[in-house]
Amino acid sequence: MIERNRFLDWVSHGVLLLGVAVVAFPVYVTFVASTHTMQEVVQVPMPLLPGEHFLENYASALLGDRNGSGSTASVARMMGVSLVCALLIAFGKIAISLLSAFAIVYFKFPFRMAVFWMIFVTLMLPVEVRIGPTYKVVSDLGMLNSFAGLTLPLIASATATFLFRQFFMTVPDELVEAARIDGAGPMRFFKDVLVPLSVTSMAALFVIQFIYGWNQYLWPLLVTTNENMYPVVIGIKRMISGGDAQTEWNIVMATAMLAMVPPAMVVIGMQKWFVKGLVDTEK
Amino acid sequence: MLLAPQLVVISLFFFWPAGQALVQSLQQSDAFGMSVVWVGFENFQNLYKDESYAESFLTTGIFSLWVAVLGIGISLVLAYFADRVVRGALIYRTLLIWPYAVAPAVAGVVWLFLFSPSIGVVSYALNAMGFEWNALLNSRDAMALIVMAAVWKQLSYNFLFFLAGLQSIPKSLIEAAAIDGAGAWRRFWTIQFPLLSPTSFFLLVINVVYAFFDTFGIVDAATKGGPGKDTAILVYKVYFDGFKALDLGGSAAQSVVLMVIVVALTVVQFRFIEKKVNY
Repeated sequence: MIERNRFLDWVSHGVLLLGVAVVAFPVYVTFVASTHTMQEVVQVPMPLLPGEHFLENYASALLGDRNGSGSTASVARMMGVSLVCALLIAFGKIAISLLSAFAIVYFKFPFRMAVFWMIFVTLMLPVEVRIGPTYKVVSDLGMLNSFAGLTLPLIASATATFLFRQFFMTVPDELVEAARIDGAGPMRFFKDVLVPLSVTSMAALFVIQFIYGWNQYLWPLLVTTNENMYPVVIGIKRMISGGDAQTEWNIVMATAMLAMVPPAMVVIGMQKWFVKGLVDTEK
Repeated sequence: MLLAPQLVVISLFFFWPAGQALVQSLQQSDAFGMSVVWVGFENFQNLYKDESYAESFLTTGIFSLWVAVLGIGISLVLAYFADRVVRGALIYRTLLIWPYAVAPAVAGVVWLFLFSPSIGVVSYALNAMGFEWNALLNSRDAMALIVMAAVWKQLSYNFLFFLAGLQSIPKSLIEAAAIDGAGAWRRFWTIQFPLLSPTSFFLLVINVVYAFFDTFGIVDAATKGGPGKDTAILVYKVYFDGFKALDLGGSAAQSVVLMVIVVALTVVQFRFIEKKVNY
């Protein structure tokens, strides 16, 4: 603190509290809506204090035993799909990029720069831009409605490779030489020196990629046509059938809460790595 | 050998589709894919002539401008005060970062619910205060809705970067200014704001990219591009034309245009990072 200024201190706390309140308000309303019966929610104005149907609504959402006009698939199943996808994307990306960054940094081979640039350009184009053709490739390979189809195209980008490359280049050469003198081959060096050194980077990337995977929307929307393969984010959308009266908003909101909790937990629980990962991947 | 997995994945799901997009953008096929005709640049010419495409460009422009300006402005204010506060800084940070974890589509649904003309809490409050609000009929309201949802979701990201930027400014600089008699307002504008300019610029690019590409979920969930086509941003149009209207050639041409935009933005960003704006 540079100077004591009571007034500004109060302003700071005031502004921050206001910010937190505005940020939290939508989620608070969501939570409240998820604890009422459908009739109570569609009343105008809806109640702003939590109701008594918390367990009922969440159970109904999770198990999928209801008869609304929208999708009635079980949210528990969807959350499973989301979880598997998010984990596959996170681990898949980390694994392949670790290997290729290792190859690019430590081996001299023909076309090294060409390979580097090939990976580099993938940074530029998000899936959203090439959805049509990618969809065609995936459907030709028969991977619609499968985990492979859901995750592989999303693994195909190079953010992680760059992060690891950057990191490997900061590893001192002495370590490589020491390992060689001790008789370790390249794979041994990779396994016993590089991987343990990059654990923090991996944790950071994991948080970012997990959220990225969990929150995918456009791509799963296209490749999944079967209710059993809906990730939860798509499931929510399918529950809204149009028309405020028919949509079971209480269940939709319960599902929205369920969809938000896991990634929010990951972010808050791994806050330190999350911040690091965010700052590192984008620089 | 170590490169094999990544190369296989990127060539299969990246280069092949990107190439396909280029090829398709030069072709015209009917909705069943029975006949394919080479049409050269006709798809692009059609796009150029198509008024709805120009409108979509304009929509996207307005949308990303609002998202970037509001998102950066609000988060800068929050970050500035969070940087000042000593006690409870970590708690505030925790409470402000979690919207990053919310899926765009979920954010869209939540905001749709809040602002739904018939049952939304906020729209009720607005109407009670005398504002007419109907995001289903009024395109300005619909735009405001998706802008708010998009800003809300991006706020935590901008906030973290500004906070990191503010914290990396040496305290001695600010102390020196304080000794010279500069007040908090003056210090902010003459020291902190200029020193943050690299961060601000970086965030500007990122926010524009975000508004262009990552907001599909918000738009689809909250407004479906409506009313009419008034909130159909470019990515939404690629999806709609390609998968709903089955104009594959036109959709592919739009993809190509988008690719060019992303590449341009990326180049701008890298140029800038190489140089680093220094004072």
